[in-house]
This record gives sequence, C-alpha cells and structure tokens, in this order.
Amino acid sequence: MPNSALEGVKVLELCQGVAGPYCTKLLADLGAEVVKIERPGYGDEARKILPFFHDMPDPERSGLFLYLNTNKLGVTLNVTTATGKGIFQELVKQADILVEDNPPQWMTKQGLDYESLQEINPGLIMTSITPFGQTGPYRDYKAYPLNVFHCGGEGYLTPGGVENADRPPLQVGGFLVEYDSGLSAAIAVLAALYWRRKSGDGQRIDISKQESLMALNRLDMVRSANEGEVITRAKQGVPYGGALPCKDGYTVFITWESVQWDRLVAFMGDPEWANDDKFRDYADRVKHGELLNALLTEWLVNYNQEELYHKGQAAGVPFAMVYTSKDLVDSAHLKARGFFVEIDHPKTGKVKYPSAPYQFSETPWQVTRPAPLLGEHNEEIFVRRLGHRQEELAKLGAAGVI
Amino acid sequence: MNSLAGVRILDFTRYAAGPQITLLLAFMGAEVIKVESMVDVDHFRREEAAVVFGSARAAADCFNSLNASKLSITLNLTTAEGIELARRLVQLSDVVVDNFRAGVMDKLGLGYPILREIKPEIIMLSASSHGSTGPESRYIAYAVTMGALSGLSQVTGYAGGPPVIMRSSSDMRPGTSAAFAILAALNYRLETGEGQFIDFSAREALSCGIGEILMDYTMNGRVRSRNGNRDDMMAPHNCYRCKGEDKWVSIAISNNEEWAALCQAMGNPPWTKEERFGDQFSRWQHQDELDGLIEAWTINHTHYQVMEMLQRAGVAAAPSFSNEELFNDPHCRERECFTSVQHPEEGELYVLAPAWKFSATPAKVTGPAPLFGEHNAYVFGELLGMPEEEISRLVAEEILY
Repeated sequence: MPNSALEGVKVLELCQGVAGPYCTKLLADLGAEVVKIERPGYGDEARKILPFFHDMPDPERSGLFLYLNTNKLGVTLNVTTATGKGIFQELVKQADILVEDNPPQWMTKQGLDYESLQEINPGLIMTSITPFGQTGPYRDYKAYPLNVFHCGGEGYLTPGGVENADRPPLQVGGFLVEYDSGLSAAIAVLAALYWRRKSGDGQRIDISKQESLMALNRLDMVRSANEGEVITRAKQGVPYGGALPCKDGYTVFITWESVQWDRLVAFMGDPEWANDDKFRDYADRVKHGELLNALLTEWLVNYNQEELYHKGQAAGVPFAMVYTSKDLVDSAHLKARGFFVEIDHPKTGKVKYPSAPYQFSETPWQVTRPAPLLGEHNEEIFVRRLGHRQEELAKLGAAGVI
Repeated sequence: MNSLAGVRILDFTRYAAGPQITLLLAFMGAEVIKVESMVDVDHFRREEAAVVFGSARAAADCFNSLNASKLSITLNLTTAEGIELARRLVQLSDVVVDNFRAGVMDKLGLGYPILREIKPEIIMLSASSHGSTGPESRYIAYAVTMGALSGLSQVTGYAGGPPVIMRSSSDMRPGTSAAFAILAALNYRLETGEGQFIDFSAREALSCGIGEILMDYTMNGRVRSRNGNRDDMMAPHNCYRCKGEDKWVSIAISNNEEWAALCQAMGNPPWTKEERFGDQFSRWQHQDELDGLIEAWTINHTHYQVMEMLQRAGVAAAPSFSNEELFNDPHCRERECFTSVQHPEEGELYVLAPAWKFSATPAKVTGPAPLFGEHNAYVFGELLGMPEEEISRLVAEEILY
C-alpha cells in the first residue's frame, strides 16, 4: 500500500445528501478513516436520489450515493435514542473530527452540542455545514440546492451575456453548490487539523453553504460596494467569442491576449474583415462584439467542434469543446491521466467513477473500498471497535437504535 | 491564533485560479510571497484588465480581492540571477505554487526535481488547466473554456437553449480544490517530515463537481443536457418573478407537506386542488403549468416577502440575490460576510471575508493586495539578509524588476 496523506485521522460523519458526505469523501479518499452514521432502516437521503444503476431504484444503487461515499465505513445509528446517544458519544471519544449537517440547534437539543462533546473529547474538531450557518436571521431557513445556489449570488448572474434579463436566473446543472460547500468545509477541517497537530487544541467550525458559494464569486460580490455596479445577467459575459455555433454544436473560445487574436486571425486564413479598424485593439473588439461574433460565426459554422478545438489549440488559440459526459469518459486526455477509475461494488459490479484533480507524488488518491451498504460495518464498529457484545446487535436493532 | 502561522508560501501564480489558492491559505495565516515581474505582469494588473472589467478601479478591485493579505516581490525569472534568488527563497519556504502552463517551471529551472534537491521537504503544487501529463497538457485554457471542457456548460442553460459559458467561479472552484490538496500535503509533512509534488488539473476539479451526472453516463449511458432550474424529482422547482425589476425568488418543494404549506401560504387558490397537482409525481409532470400559476402569485410580492412568508410556513424559498442585495442583506451583515481594507492607492476597498467561521483560529483578511514589489526590502533584505547596496544593484540590473 502506498502512503496516504491522512492516514490515522479518524472522522465521524453525521450527514446526508451531498455537501457533508462530499466533505468526508475528500478526506476518506486521502486515507482518513471515515465512519458514516446513517438512520436505521432508511439511510442517507442520497440513497433515494437519481441516477440509479440501470435505472433500478434501490438504496444500494444510487450513483450519487456511491460516488459520495467511497472509502467510508457505514453504520446505522439513531442518535435520538438514549442508547444511540451513548454509542455516538463513544464514537466521538475516538474521533479527531466530527462533521455534521443537521439544522442549527438540533445537536444541542440532542445534548450533542460542541460544548458537551468537547467535555468527552477536548481535542475534537466539530464542523457543522448548513445552508446559512449557525447564526444570523436566516439560520433556521430551509434551503435545497436550488435555493442555496440562488441566494449565494451566482444564480443571478447565470446565464451571463444575455441580451436582456427577461428570463429567470439559472442554477448550474446538478448539485454543484453542495459540492462547493463540502470542499470549503474540508479545507477548514484540514486547517484545523494542522493547528491541532501543533497545539493539541480542537475547535468548532461553522460552514454556511451560502457563504461557500459567495466565496467562489468574490470578484462580483464586492463590485457593488466598491464601484456601485450591480452586475446582472445582461451585463456579464464574454464581450466576443464565448460559446458560438459551429457545424456540429457549439465551440467555445476567447482571446484574452492580443497575440491570441492575431493567431485567431491567422488561423482563419487572414480574412479581410478581421483587419478592419473596428477590431484593431481589445477595446475595439469589445465595442463591436456583436458584429464580430456574427462574422466569426459565419466562419465557424464550416468546422466541427473537435477540429476547432485541436487545430485551434495547435495554432495557439484557446479553443474548447462543450464536453458531454460521454465526451469526458471517452477523452483520450483524461484516459491518459487516469481520471476515471473503475470501482467494484456488490450491487453494481464495476463502474467508472471520476477520481480527483490532484495527483500526489507520495500520497496518491486511492480507493480501498466502495461506498458502504446500509449498516455494513455495524459489527466491525460496534462489536470489534467499541466492544459491545455480538448478541447485543440484534437487541439494538429491534430497539431501533441501529 | 492562525492555523497556518509559520507556513511560508512562494507564490508564482497569476490571473484568478492560482491567486485563489494562495489567498485561502493567506486567510488562514500563511505568509504568501507573490513573485511578480515587469517581464510578465499579472493580467489583473495590466491595462487590458481595465477594459475587461470596465474601469481601472474595477480591475484594481478584482486584483485586490484575489491578492489581499499577500506580500509582493519583483523578480525577473528570465535572468540566471533571478532564478538563483528564487531558489534561495525556496529554501526558506514550505510550499511553492504555480499556475503556469505545464512544463514552464521546469524550463525556468524551478521544476520539482531541482527544488527537491535544494529543499527535500518542499511541497510543490503546479496547477495547470489540464494537468502536467496527457496529450492536451500544453493546451491553453481560461475559466470560460475550462467550464466547457469540464462538462458544466453542457448541463447549464435553459432547456433547448445554448450551453452557458462559465464565470470566474470556474477559476475559483479549482483554486479552492488545490488549496485542499496543499493542506493535505502540509498535514502529511507535519506527521512524516516529507514533502511532495502535486500535479493539479483545473478542468478535472470542475468535473468532480458533477459526479452523479458523469455516473449517469457510466452506469446508464445517459448523456445529460440543459434543463433550466429543474430537478429530476422535485417540483415546483424554479425561479419565479417577483415585484420589481429583475427580481426573482427560488422555490423548491420535495414532498406533500411542503406542497400543502405552499398552497396555504398562497391562500389555497382553487387550482391547487386540481388532480394534475395531486401528488409529487403529477406535479412534476405538470410543472410548466404549475410554474405559471405560482408566478401569478409571486409577482404580487417582493422576493423578500415571498421568502419570509414561505419560510415561516416551512417551505424552502430564497431570493436570487444580486451582489448589491447580498452586501446589504441583514443576514450577511450579521455574519460579517464583507470586510474592508485600506488600499494605499484605491482607499477603502471591500473584500469578501473568509467563508469559514473557526472558534479557535479565526481566518482573517490582514491587509490589502500588495503594491507591485512592495515587500522587496523585507524579503531580500530581512529574509535573505542582503545589504542595501546589493539590492540596489539588483534593481539597476533589472533582476528585481
């Protein structure tokens, strides 16, 4: 086994859906031991979310759940029962990090707030991920990914560069904002872990999904405060270039630098119109962006995406393709980098998963186990780890504790 | 206290994705030394940036947002002596970060094999658009093109409409992911004393954020496309026009209880009792009609009013906020989402505060973005211990340039 960056780090997860589980997945994939706690009988709500393997609805076949829970151990535990609470506290005692995503005050109501848990484990790093954070007037507001994306400011600016803002603002496809929040939380966890290794001190971390998204739009967020500029969908976008129609779909390119514009002109075979004064400097091209795009499109429609991408890049112009998931899986480049990895799971067999964007020379990203089945590691954790008797498992199950 | 106190980062990044990496680490207390030069000025400092962002002030603002709390030195990396000085700074650093195209650091003589010889425990992260290996590793990319290559553009847009090009957030997401990788390596080094090299691909970082969409293809052969604000299972699930100009509220309903609460908040109009809206599945099937009927109600209220009415009823509703609304929003105010710095040339500039609330080691913005070469005296004089006349010579010879 190669080394792993977070070997020996123990994480306890009391989360559902995407953000919390993604946070701990990031840690688990780098070698941390993550024990995921799910509700008995029901499990993480992600188990009910599309896509399902071969479209068979089954809590063990959700692609979302399988992706977000690689490398974790899974137990079922109802922490609202008296016994369940006790077992949870035993687990907390052995953990370095707890990640939870319950509504603010919920943990306090269970008697499992940071102050109480810190008493049994003074070095605990407790991270809470909620839509609006633990404080402030909206802290108890409900928000699904759609709501978070829009109240985080990026929706209002999407899609950028439209002629007017008559149509509604848009989310980015999928659950992106949830992934963003999980990543933001994971960063905070690792910083706190670094601090704990030096000082011995644990701490409490409050993550707001709204703020996680605002942080990714930091340039736009302060433009109104500093320049009085309210940015809208109509004002934002690429002044020329961007996504333009070509023979078989859309091509995407921009020419940020003057030399890239010169190369584009050469790539197009030096058409006469491109040497017009209207397009001489960047500022000129921005000013006449609409006309320029019309002229560019006339040329682009003769070529397909793939040839524009590769030939354009060979000519030194930043072209791209609008990749579909199929294109990504088929990409020779991503294959060469091993971005998709096959993971074997008892209910799906081998399936390709995206891996990670970082390749470490000493501590590689790796998969040692697929996502856990519901309660798969109850015996391992409750009996072998915590020392409960084997015959207790059935009783705990009947009592609705596990 | 700061969690990363004592960590020094030599920062060769420019544009947005790279500076976002070191910005996050600076917020946590790392000392970030940004290496700049007249030979290759950060694009956000160039004159073109004023055209792109609309004014010189806006460009300075964006540069400030990405480089607050950092130090700046000017070092000409096209000279042998400049490279030699960079190597001496590596010896005093814990982490080296660059976001050049793959291969550039090696060509400069600052590749990992060399840096490792100088300082065995160094952590180096090279963040390029495509990673340092693979047939497209030398291709040029920006946020806009990476968004397309990652698969995000394909699934973002109105149903049947063109793909949406991604914003600067497509630089920030990879930047955030790279900061995570560096923190993992820092933790490993603290345990083992070992450094390492991290090859980072920005477009892969974006693709990781649509895992389930990619798995729909690898499991079912299904290629997903654009579908507005819609969800696979929830309905209603959209943005609805409210009173005022370009004001919208997002509403999402996932079960019968929430639906009943929404109906009640709207005053239980008769159409809500219709059979076609009788259960979650039928609502999902008839969401086009449903959206029109809901909007006929939201249009009479401001987005804030709709949020308050629906949240009180237990329904997930939130405005699609503009930057101005967020800046003035009472929740963001109370959580101190914005803070300001005194910039020597621009005066007071607001920046977004760090997005994590730590109880023991609060993350902070410690100052504005540095002026070009502002910290040459500290870095070359104090850290490297060079006498003043030596520094003057280097300036005169355009090594510190």
